[in-house]
Amino acid sequence: MIYLDNAATTRPFDEVIDVMGKVMREDFANPSSLHHLGVKAEEVMVESRKILAGALQVDPGEVYFTSGGTETNNLVVKGAAQAHRKRGRHIITSAIEHKSVLNTMHALEQEGYEVTYVPVDSEGLVDLQFLEEALREDTILVSIMHVNNETGAIQPVDRIEEILRKHHPKPLFHVDAVQSFARIPLHPHHSDIDLLTLNSHKIHGPKGIGALFKRQGVNLAPLLDGGKQEGGLRSGTENLPGIAGFARAAQLNFENIFERQNHMSHLRYMLRARMVEAFDQVVINTPDDRFAAPHILNVSFPGLQGEVLLRKLETAEIYVSTGSACTSGKNTPSHVLKAMGRSKEEVQGALRFSFSAMNREEELEQVMKHLVPAVEKVRKMMR
Amino acid sequence: MNEGMKELLIVKYGEVMLKGNNRPMFVNALIRNINEVFGDSVRYRIRKGQSMLYIEPEEGFDLDQATKQLRRVFGVLLFHRALEVEKDPEKIKASSVDYFAKALNGSRSFKIETRRTDKQFPQRSQEINNLLGAHIADAFPHLQVDVHDPDVTLFVNIRKEAAYIYRDKERGAGGLPVGTGGKATALLSGGIDSPLAAWLIARRGVALNALHFHSYPYTSERSKKKVIGLARQLAQYTGRMNLYVFPFTGIQEAIADHCPDDQLTIIMRRMMMKGAEKIARKTSAQALVTGESIAQVASQTMESLTVTNAAVDMPVFRPLIGMDKEEIIDFTRQIGTYNISIEPYSDCCTIFVPRHPQTKPKLEKIRESESQVDFDGMIDKAMEKVEVIEIKPEEEAMIE
Repeated sequence: MIYLDNAATTRPFDEVIDVMGKVMREDFANPSSLHHLGVKAEEVMVESRKILAGALQVDPGEVYFTSGGTETNNLVVKGAAQAHRKRGRHIITSAIEHKSVLNTMHALEQEGYEVTYVPVDSEGLVDLQFLEEALREDTILVSIMHVNNETGAIQPVDRIEEILRKHHPKPLFHVDAVQSFARIPLHPHHSDIDLLTLNSHKIHGPKGIGALFKRQGVNLAPLLDGGKQEGGLRSGTENLPGIAGFARAAQLNFENIFERQNHMSHLRYMLRARMVEAFDQVVINTPDDRFAAPHILNVSFPGLQGEVLLRKLETAEIYVSTGSACTSGKNTPSHVLKAMGRSKEEVQGALRFSFSAMNREEELEQVMKHLVPAVEKVRKMMR
Repeated sequence: MNEGMKELLIVKYGEVMLKGNNRPMFVNALIRNINEVFGDSVRYRIRKGQSMLYIEPEEGFDLDQATKQLRRVFGVLLFHRALEVEKDPEKIKASSVDYFAKALNGSRSFKIETRRTDKQFPQRSQEINNLLGAHIADAFPHLQVDVHDPDVTLFVNIRKEAAYIYRDKERGAGGLPVGTGGKATALLSGGIDSPLAAWLIARRGVALNALHFHSYPYTSERSKKKVIGLARQLAQYTGRMNLYVFPFTGIQEAIADHCPDDQLTIIMRRMMMKGAEKIARKTSAQALVTGESIAQVASQTMESLTVTNAAVDMPVFRPLIGMDKEEIIDFTRQIGTYNISIEPYSDCCTIFVPRHPQTKPKLEKIRESESQVDFDGMIDKAMEKVEVIEIKPEEEAMIE
């Protein structure tokens, strides 16, 4: 099996599974319980929070656990809108955000907020001038993803921060770092980021757990009312096995983050080169190396159906994606590629290969060995 | 409902009546199908009456559930949920007040309609109407009698064995009991049309098996699951059936490799028809059922249908032939297949659409193209790998 769908989700590290099993067996108590077992469970949580804070170089008190990227994005966007609505009702985001941001924005529009969607260029990078001109006095939040999940394009977070810094009053700056965390270094304090979305299952951790970095002093309204866990920002008994698994996964990623990053970049570079060499009509949707995350290569075969190529590869036990898997198995045309100005044929013919450090270079040979005849065959069938 | 009140279902089987000497056969088929829909786990008795069936619940029988199930049995024209009452005017009066209380409280006007099948009964229909009407008007002073346009109509049926009181009739699915009209193979693509075509033919009493052409990896695993979902929904009406999944990839590729672009669709459809005929013959089905409708797409022009039809030597039923798409959609919403059909997994009809298909194909030319490949041999080979999936109605399906 060759698994190249790591932007959708990753295989958990064995050590992650072990630590989660251990926590479920031994530290099953409620971290809020007053007895000794509760205290022990709380220790696991404190330790895990410290590990994540260390990875981000932030204070542990700035890390909040949630159920994942979707929840964190909802919490940030709705929570900021709610908490700052007296100051303004204008929000800026980009046209290529994840659905958990875009659809939350749409929900806010229903409630009377105004949202500006910053367009992207043909490489999938946000238009900074547009963003700067969109800023208003009543802009309360700017939400831009770090790495796009379909193309791997890295957004210029530091340059956006420079623009925001010049603006008064300065809006909150949120970065969805689900795809970049533990793949590209990013330190919220260095980049003056107020809110950051993190997630565990994209870095070989378990599903159902994520986190929010919230700079001290930033005000957010919670989504859930209840026992006021996580500083009142996220009520609900903590998912302790998930938290422990997430922390261990982060730890393992950061142990050799540069090696992992280099390895993935190399795989992406090689596959891109092989594609360009093998196919006349291939369109590369991932920007060039300076602006691309190490783990994603998105290409289009115009006139073919990416979905059919996906299944052709599947018959050789090679697993890829047509874009974003987040529309529950449905193949809706990518809003990201559309925003980049790609034609209908290019959007339909898109395939995304996404790597983890577990992939090996030999696997690329296998991919090409099956992809070349598949493209030829499908081209014949689709004429 | 009070202790000791006996509720039951009275089923009228309309068209089955017309079948003269074959009638017992039709009635028995209807009873068999009702038994299948209810399943083995519930207890009840079916009694045959003149031109109707009485379904008498025994302990634990869920009348609400049974009512829902009965709406989906072909051959049932209409049915009533009724109360059995002793044939005594006083008892009928008392029971009516009780049994209809809820309906009457929520209404402004009513009328009584009595039928007296038992001519020995002392009161005539009109007398019962008057007697009961007066009693009800006394018990519910807010009610007006309105014989032309009442909110509720209360029916009284005096039969030999007992009296029955009931209100609104429930419409059944109509048609004839499945299994009384032979057997056919219905092609299911996964689209909107084919399930309705199958349903309409089944409603005429025809037992079905279903057939799907699977072209993985060109079509997805999910599109096959969708077809299974459609078959399950159909099985709510037809009862248990087999779904045959025909591996079509090789044939599809051979068509693309050897036949001209503008003939791909028509040849694909002819090959499907040939495969379908083989399945039908092997499973003793006497006809094929498709969802074609004139000129809906290029492959369904009259010329194309003629060429498709010429691929087989058995009747092909196309009950949607004269229907508009809108009508088809409305109908499929009612039978519960629409929402399954629109799940967005591509099927062979959406993946393989050449840019300029022929709308007026010529049979000789098509045959000439087909002679390039040993399609008959390929079909025979594929027949060995047909997957059979048993579809049971009791498995989860979307209902209404």
